[in-house]
Parts: sequence; C-alpha cells; structure tokens
Amino acid sequence: MKKLWNTFSNGIINENPVLRLVIGMCAPLAVTTAVVNGFWMGIAVIFVLTASNALVSLLRKVVPAEIRIPIFIVVIATFTTVADLTLKAIQPEIHAKLGVFVPLIVVNCIILARAEAFASKNNLIQSVADGLGMALGFTLSLLILASIRELLGNGTWWGFNVLPASFEPAVVMILPPGAFVTLGYLLSGLNLITGKSGDN
Amino acid sequence: MNYLAIIISGVLINNYIFSRFLGLCPFWGVSKQVETATGMSLAVVFVMTMASAVTWVLNRYLLEPFGLDYMQTIAFILVIATLVQFVEMVILKVSPVLYQALGIYLPLITTNCAVLGVALLNITENYNFLESIVNGAASAIGWSLAIVLFAGIRERLAFAPIAPSMRGFPIALVATGLMSIAFFGFQGLFRGILF
Repeated sequence: MKKLWNTFSNGIINENPVLRLVIGMCAPLAVTTAVVNGFWMGIAVIFVLTASNALVSLLRKVVPAEIRIPIFIVVIATFTTVADLTLKAIQPEIHAKLGVFVPLIVVNCIILARAEAFASKNNLIQSVADGLGMALGFTLSLLILASIRELLGNGTWWGFNVLPASFEPAVVMILPPGAFVTLGYLLSGLNLITGKSGDN
Repeated sequence: MNYLAIIISGVLINNYIFSRFLGLCPFWGVSKQVETATGMSLAVVFVMTMASAVTWVLNRYLLEPFGLDYMQTIAFILVIATLVQFVEMVILKVSPVLYQALGIYLPLITTNCAVLGVALLNITENYNFLESIVNGAASAIGWSLAIVLFAGIRERLAFAPIAPSMRGFPIALVATGLMSIAFFGFQGLFRGILF
C-alpha cells in the first residue's frame, strides 16, 4: 500500500512532468490562457495517460521488445482519438479552443515516456497509480499556470470576476509571451523554495 | 498572393515556437549550440515538407472517400513515423555526408509535435496540395529561424552571470518569452502591407 502511494505521489511532487521534469511543454503553454481550458486539457490527459498505462501494462508480456514503440504509439493514438471525439461531443466550445492540442496528446513526451519507462515493466495496479499520479501532476501544473495567467491577463478566474474593477489586466499574460515568462519565473521560484540550482 | 501570405504567416507571424507553441521539446533540447541547431533545422524542414505532402494525399484519397476522418490522428502518426524511418534509410544510401549531419536528429523528429501539428493544421485550414506543401515548408523554416536565433542567444547565456535559481530552464523560458514579444511585432506587418 505504501509503495502504491509512493508511485502515485511521485508524479505529483517529485517528478511532476511540467514543473520538475519540464517535458511535453507544448500543450501546457498553449492552452493555459484560461483556467477552464487547462482543466479540460488536464481531464483529457488523465484519461489518455491512465488508460494507455493500463493497457500497456496488460500487454507487456505479449509485446515483442523490437516493435514495442510502434505498438505503444498505436495504443496511445487510440485513446487520444477517443478523448478527442468525446471532448468534441460534450464540450464543443472548449474543443474548438484547444484545437490541435487534443490530437497532439499522442506525441506528448510524457505519455510515451511513462509507457516505456514504467508501464511496460510494472503490474496493472502500479501502472494505473503511476499514470494517475503523473496526469494529476500535469493537470495541477496546468491549473497553477492558467490561474496566474487568467488572473493577471484578464482579471478573472474560471470566467468569474475576482479582482476589483480598478485592476488593469495585463493582456500580455494571456498572449504567447506571457506563457513563457510565467513558466520561467514559476520554475525559478520552485528552485528557490527547494534550494536547487536550475543548472542541468 | 495567397502563397506569399502563407509563407509570411508561417515564417514570421504565426511562428511555430513563438506563437503556436509547437515543437518545443527539441527547441530547448538541441539549442545549446548553433551548429547542432542548424543540423536539426535542416532535418525538420525536410521532414515537415514531406509529411505535409504525404498526409494531404493520405487524407484526400484514403481517409475522406471512406469516411475515416476520425482515424486521422492514428493514420498520420503512423505515416510520419514510417516516413522518418524511410527518409533516414534513403539519406544513408544516397548521401552518407548528409546522413552524418542529420542522422542523429532524424529519429527525434517523430515525436516533434510540429510535424503532426502541421499535418493536422493543413487539414483544418482546408489547404490544397500545393498550399499544404508551402505551409509545411514555411512553418518549418519559421521553426528553424527561431531555433537558430535562440541557439545564438543561448551560447551567450552560458557565460552570463545568472542567479542560481534562474539558471537552465527558467532563463531559457524567459528569453523565449522576450523573443516571442519581438516576433509579436510582425502581427502589424501583415495588416499593414498585405491587406
């Protein structure tokens, strides 16, 4: 049970894909112009990552090692298509805003990295815990990033006005430059808190 | 005129790095030196142009007639992965010198989201065959412009006195943000000259 919890929390804190490993950055930067967009992107990733980890784990003993990567990609692409079509059906407006980034989950490094590094070597329950943890870590970082950008760039959170009318929104925060700068300072702040140097 | 608009839009205005956020992993991964950045750029221009052509034909003559549009993501990613492998083998046979220069970057490109991105965007923008190829090449050139410029900045950054917490990724992100603001200036160009 303790091991399961460690696997789960690893993706949220120690190896948070966006804030610690800094991989698969396209979607987190592109969709975080509003909290609601970040939330739905997170839901899509939670579904794809957990489902693909589960299936890859179940298939790990029958897949020949030489062709495992193409098979993983097909598995991930299948779940991505399911997520894409489902989102289109239940949230057409959000789907239009996220645009090409929902189908692009298939080439998000995190998903393939977890299939290759974790799910292909561990049992079903562990793999699901790992996928869920990683995806929740991803979603959490998206929500943090989106909250900062939407608050400063639009004065709202989840579409609600939360800042006083006298606050002048800095539009640059919801434009592309704002995404890079916000994440840069966020990472730097985390380095300060954890006392680590950003050198790599 | 339409082609000119696609080219200017792809290279400068809707730059894949600074405005569309596509292909960011290799952008930070291989931009530590101008030389490696240039090698990667050549490979990306090659693959993105080829991928635009192949996926357009696939979509028009295989997926659309059979009503298989929902298979786009799966079909495209498989075709791109195969294409990259094929290109790698052809270059090895035809020009070992070019292979030496591009070789290590080619496998990395399969997971570059700019390639799948351009294939999907060509379909959503309803481009015809030639427009798709021009768009693929222009977007790839814009991506290359960004990575080569950024590699130049990064070579300097390596020697700059930077606060410990800002070293590495944070400063790279902030520098990208500043470049993105500069590229934002091109938005006016389009409105001013072409329309």
